[in-house]
Amino acid sequence: MNLRRTISVLTIPTLAIVLALIVGGAVMILSSPLVNGSLDVTLPFVAYAALASGAFGSVDALVQTVVSATPLILAGLAVGIGFKAGLFNIGAQGQFLIGAVAAAAVGAGLAHASPFVAIPAAVLAAMIAGAIYGFIPGFLKAFTGAHEVVTTIMLNYVAIQFVAYLITGPLRAAGATFARSPDVGAASLPILIGDNGHLGIIFAIAAVPLAWWLLYRTTLGFEVRTVGANPDAARYAGMSPKAVLIATLSVCGLLAGLAGAGEILGISGYMPAGYSTNVGFDGITVALLGRANPIGILFSGLLLGAMRAGSNLMQINAGVPVQMIDVLQGVILFFLAAELLVRAIFRVRAAKAEVAELQTVSRSYGGQTTP
Amino acid sequence: MRIEPNPAPPSLEMRGITKRYPGVLANDHIDLDVRPGEIHALLGENGAGKTTLMNILYGLATPDEGEILLDGTPAVITSPSDAIARGISMVHQHFMLVPVLSVADNILLGDEPMSGPILMDRHGADARIRELASFFGWEVDPSIRVGNLSVGWQQRVEILKAVYRQAQILVLDEPTAVLTPQETKEIFGVLRRLTGEGYSIIFISHKLYEVLEIADRITVIRRGKVVGQRLPAETNEEDLAELMVGREVELTVDRGESHPGGPTLRVDGLCVKDDRGRQVVHDVSLEVRAGEILGIAGVAGNGQDELVEALTGLRASSAGRVTLDGRDVTRDRSRALIKRGIAFVPADRQRFGLVLSYPLSDNLVLTDYYREPYAHGIVRDDAAIRRRAKEAVQQYDVRTPSIDVTAATLSGGNQQKVVVAREFDGTLRLLVLDQPTRGLDVGSIEFIHRQVIAKRNAGTAILLVSAELDEVMELSDRIGVMYRGRLVGVMDARDATREEVGLLMATGGREAAPIPPATGDAA
Repeated sequence: MNLRRTISVLTIPTLAIVLALIVGGAVMILSSPLVNGSLDVTLPFVAYAALASGAFGSVDALVQTVVSATPLILAGLAVGIGFKAGLFNIGAQGQFLIGAVAAAAVGAGLAHASPFVAIPAAVLAAMIAGAIYGFIPGFLKAFTGAHEVVTTIMLNYVAIQFVAYLITGPLRAAGATFARSPDVGAASLPILIGDNGHLGIIFAIAAVPLAWWLLYRTTLGFEVRTVGANPDAARYAGMSPKAVLIATLSVCGLLAGLAGAGEILGISGYMPAGYSTNVGFDGITVALLGRANPIGILFSGLLLGAMRAGSNLMQINAGVPVQMIDVLQGVILFFLAAELLVRAIFRVRAAKAEVAELQTVSRSYGGQTTP
Repeated sequence: MRIEPNPAPPSLEMRGITKRYPGVLANDHIDLDVRPGEIHALLGENGAGKTTLMNILYGLATPDEGEILLDGTPAVITSPSDAIARGISMVHQHFMLVPVLSVADNILLGDEPMSGPILMDRHGADARIRELASFFGWEVDPSIRVGNLSVGWQQRVEILKAVYRQAQILVLDEPTAVLTPQETKEIFGVLRRLTGEGYSIIFISHKLYEVLEIADRITVIRRGKVVGQRLPAETNEEDLAELMVGREVELTVDRGESHPGGPTLRVDGLCVKDDRGRQVVHDVSLEVRAGEILGIAGVAGNGQDELVEALTGLRASSAGRVTLDGRDVTRDRSRALIKRGIAFVPADRQRFGLVLSYPLSDNLVLTDYYREPYAHGIVRDDAAIRRRAKEAVQQYDVRTPSIDVTAATLSGGNQQKVVVAREFDGTLRLLVLDQPTRGLDVGSIEFIHRQVIAKRNAGTAILLVSAELDEVMELSDRIGVMYRGRLVGVMDARDATREEVGLLMATGGREAAPIPPATGDAA
């Protein structure tokens, strides 16, 4: 990819971030009387400075940024690779939860085994469970035409309820004061750097070049991209769009499941009943901001990870609640989707080439992406 | 007819129109004038700048230099709605109709007559449409869905739409591309009536004999410049083709004698259903021998697409048997058939033949991407793909700045050359061509026709499906016609006449019933 094209592809995401920071600043100023009693025009500067310092200000901060980015990058890939095949995988959240609970279950079962057995077993279990949970909507789409947007949303709810049942029932740790799974013990991922820089970081960082290589350097990736770009031409070329759909959604589920393993085995060490993160949904923002390109997803994952990591310091130093990050993320997503608006504001024409993933999003609601 | 100094100003005058795109001078000081009541034909190869010029006229593009005068007054046209308001209307090659809406809705769309502030005056509109249609001698039911009309009727709806909007200048882009000879004749009559009423018409076509027949004046452009203006009486097809292309062109490829061998493809009693489950191919049997071209003519939408899709493994057949070189391939899918030596140039190159967002290199290996030398195992060999692409681009004269630009940036003719370059590669048993030259200019058509003949002479069996009667007549060794899903009247090309085949296309062989009325499903 040449430089000019790279720049033109980066234009809209960059401008969306800038716009989000401006809107976020305005929200802070307008809401400052509620906190300080008077309108504080400097608040955004204080807050963003604290945010940056919390994300990049020290080695610990940097490690925290990468740790927060790890599940976002994997979930971003789980959504982004789907976009490449013309699929809108809203089910990364469910696939993530199923992967997490599989890791928690296998980890708990092997809590006293050797880490060399327990860790690979728990991670593999999470990947397989996630893949199966991605396979289901893929299979339904290929053979019944059921749209993945609908089925994955429903499967997200199924996953939430299924996990709740497991943690309050068969997987519940004996003697715990609240409903949670037992400690994963030996299956805990080793800490490589800083306070909590666990092995899962490596999974995420390795997944990026691997995904890129698969997409752009292999015949499998060529099939995925062809099915996404033009399913009729894919059929004409002798590819099997059905098989590609199923395989792609399975791989998406595998990556989301791996994200779940990292969170359970690397951070919490067990799974609580009300385990609630939005990793899978944040993955949609990451994938869109990264233009569905693995390298782009790496950077957008790091950016959102940095915002998560720095948000605590922002709350302490500037009194701006951590929920501000959700506002920023929401506004970024808004401007990415409203690309025309961004272009009008900044008077740019560029970057028309790589918006296929947005087309997938909009087409998904029209139900036009059946193979 | 002679051009006399005309006191009335031309209804349209374009002066010194220049339009630059990055790296291309699409229009280079083009002058064009159209008088009231004149049919002015615009001729040029694909990419010569006709579309750019018409886009400028229609407000879709702004010229860098030059001016437009309407009835002698300078006009700046900023958008299509502006153009329509000034009485300019365009009938595109691909109809801009909404198939699920009725004839009336399509005609009114964007300019709905109102009775009061919110309600549409549907009754008045229907009456007005009937009245307009009767002026042309047509009987139209305004409530029929456009999707249920034949292409010929859709064309008429487009014309009605323009007339309804009180266009004074009508631009027709390839209006006859999809029509039978009979329908073309009828449309020509309509155009004559319109000019009789003082309308001005810009007529864009690649069919030289049609231009000679209908135009009052002919302007030829090549590479963005006007290279000549002719009166039909002073010119002929060879002259026009040479002006367009810039060199002598053979309008009919010398196909020589065919020396057919044994049967390569045999089809027995094939039945095929369309996406909605209606049977659209009925009991078709045919045989194509090695080194022979079987041409299948027919108005688009008579089951040709489904027949071809069934033969190339894209669609399952519901009954019948297909054998290739004596082997039953009825159930084989695309990849298996490609391996057996079938190649397929689809009618819709943008839907099936190409991935428009891919670079040429990827498009040139679209059906071979998984095989040596383009891939080793699952790993693609970029160097081998690029080598192949460069070779193909050169061999098939694809005009492109590089093999890295996306297929979407090429003109239609060059896109088609990419498909042909890929499909004609290697040793083939059977070549299926569906509308291989649709929308192409004479230069590209000549090139592709030569390649087809070369493949035939190399012993490939060729099945040519085309709505372009001339193409079928010119290339085929034997000719059949698809009519309402049946293959009728397979005959030796030497015995076939244009009129006979045209009549079969229109009526399926029964007594001539020139134009079916626009009621019910004529397609």
